[in-house]
Amino acid sequence: MNREHEWDKAAVAAIARELKNEPGALMPILRRIQDRLGWVPRDAVPLIANILNLSRAEVHGVVSFYHDFRHAPPGRNVVRVCRAESCQAMGGVALAEHIKRRLGIDFGETSKDGEFTLEAVYCLGNCACSPAAMVGADLLGRVTPSRFDDAIAHRGGTNR
Amino acid sequence: MSATTIYVPRDSGAVSMGAEGVARAIVAEARRCGATVRLVRNGSRGLYWLEPLVEVATARGRVAYGPVGLEDVASLFAANFLDGGDHRLALGVTEELPYLKSQERLTFARVGVTDPLSLDDYIAYGGYRGLARALTLSGAAMVEDVTVSGLRGRGGAGFPAGIKWRTVLQTEASQKYVVCNADEGDSGTFSDRMIMEGDPFTLVEGMTIAALAVGATQGYIYLRSEYPAALETLTAAIAIAESRGYLGRDVARSGKAFKLAIRVGGGAYICGEETAMLESLEGRRGMVRFKPPLPAIAGLFGQPSIINNVITLASIPVILGRGGAFYKNYGMGRSLGTLPIQLAGNVKRPGLIEKAFGVTLREIIYEYGGGTASGRPVRAVQVGGPLGAYFPAAMLDVPLDYEALAAKGGLLGHGGIVVFDDTVDLAQQARYAMEFCALESCGKCTPCRIGSTRGIEVIDRIIASYGATRREKADLLRDLCDTMTAGSLCALGGLTPIPVMSALRNFPADFGLPDTPADREGT
Repeated sequence: MNREHEWDKAAVAAIARELKNEPGALMPILRRIQDRLGWVPRDAVPLIANILNLSRAEVHGVVSFYHDFRHAPPGRNVVRVCRAESCQAMGGVALAEHIKRRLGIDFGETSKDGEFTLEAVYCLGNCACSPAAMVGADLLGRVTPSRFDDAIAHRGGTNR
Repeated sequence: MSATTIYVPRDSGAVSMGAEGVARAIVAEARRCGATVRLVRNGSRGLYWLEPLVEVATARGRVAYGPVGLEDVASLFAANFLDGGDHRLALGVTEELPYLKSQERLTFARVGVTDPLSLDDYIAYGGYRGLARALTLSGAAMVEDVTVSGLRGRGGAGFPAGIKWRTVLQTEASQKYVVCNADEGDSGTFSDRMIMEGDPFTLVEGMTIAALAVGATQGYIYLRSEYPAALETLTAAIAIAESRGYLGRDVARSGKAFKLAIRVGGGAYICGEETAMLESLEGRRGMVRFKPPLPAIAGLFGQPSIINNVITLASIPVILGRGGAFYKNYGMGRSLGTLPIQLAGNVKRPGLIEKAFGVTLREIIYEYGGGTASGRPVRAVQVGGPLGAYFPAAMLDVPLDYEALAAKGGLLGHGGIVVFDDTVDLAQQARYAMEFCALESCGKCTPCRIGSTRGIEVIDRIIASYGATRREKADLLRDLCDTMTAGSLCALGGLTPIPVMSALRNFPADFGLPDTPADREGT
């Protein structure tokens, strides 16, 4: 998608100004922007750099280093599926295939209707209830294809 | 009529199995029946195959029921479970469950027992006794106690905590830090999460003692972003400790200051490496630093810093409370104290098992775990996270001990054990290890950054080729692993060869290579 996504410049600037005196301020700033907006807009980089008196390259380097920081807004529901060993041992690979088919997207993609974003995650710390996934803020354990389908059933087409 | 206390865990593992709904249903059903109940949201006992595990306080002690589903709640009330009545899901007195009774819970003594955010509960169950004793000691005496205990870093490196602390103590500086590494990224591990969600004050107390011991006034907990529930619980615990005078300008009226803040990571596995974590805390890319200087001398913001894992710091209160000599009575050889073992993967009874060092893999997997969940034979066991070795079923008599595992070509890591049944393909697991390294490499050193990608390709070629070519490619993989082991800057590139080479050595057939038992270690 080429269209520019809108984002709240004033809110981003306010976050950066509020936290700029924290030791090692850049990470807390980026985290709060991501938590508030769901992503870190590319155009926010010069804005943050200016407030922190850093170069754009330094800020861009940090944004691009961490897997968490999204470069585009996510879908209304972010689905995170664990792909690490414990979940692999409990059928996580087949589960991931089911989820991809069910949502019609691959890892790192957002569905065309903007409903779902699918992300890979390497361990949710729920290994004793493998395989694990997260739908929005809800952590799921011992996920089967039908349990997953139930978990997203009420989400499609809603604003949740 | 006095209220009956019911415990429904708030631990995110229990919640992932439906604990929130069960808690709500219990309250609703109690209201319908006219019963007076007091609901406590405890941590998890760590018996995850039984989650949500509901407990009721009775005259016999706490009685457990599990796993409780929404549909079971009405029948539990009908079976008079408020008096410990019999039911299909009744498990008996919690403390008598063999899985729990045979454990040696020192660090996890309160997890699952108390309300994690009740400071009164914490104190009633022995909390802040370590700090009380620490306040009667000099910094040097506190460090000595930690040294005597034999405590080694539980994050994976196994470095003696007392020696690290002494270095920080002896380094003069105007500002020192205590940094808790809560970037628990290893698959198959969840003990840090359980402590932070289930007994956060233990970590707060441990960090406070560390700070007083070396003269640090500021602490940071570097928490991975994948743990939102731990963030919520820790944030609340820190606020409570501050309001009760256990953190802040004057810790427990000692006249000494200690402030504690949480920093959330960005989903990068490498930030579990201590120097990468420091870079991240300072607001930069999580690139590994060269050592020296040691972080104990020039760590966070260039100042002397204690950096320990959650479990290491959460073990400090019991060590200071009961003395280093008490703690070192547990364990074997140079692995002293207890280890919170995390059993996961394809296993019937996964969970948290805190035992003295020296218990064997076989005891853990069969006696505690009950074998595989699928009912198929155990074929491989990965010990110590994504950088740990894959052991075959014939090698399970190795004791869990830093040196014993190293002698078998493996490592203990953070104490995670992942069990696989006989459907596993070890060539694919080896490939995954390289893939994970490629994905998570910080890119600073070449063997890790490039070697991991070449590793994926070579493994693919081994799988796709035949005969002599296949054997040549296997030699190439061994050579590449040598380079990564010897040439990488940190444990990610340096230890990725461990799962890869152990898979190749112990399971050559999966790579299409002849099975030559002579090559195998330990069999």
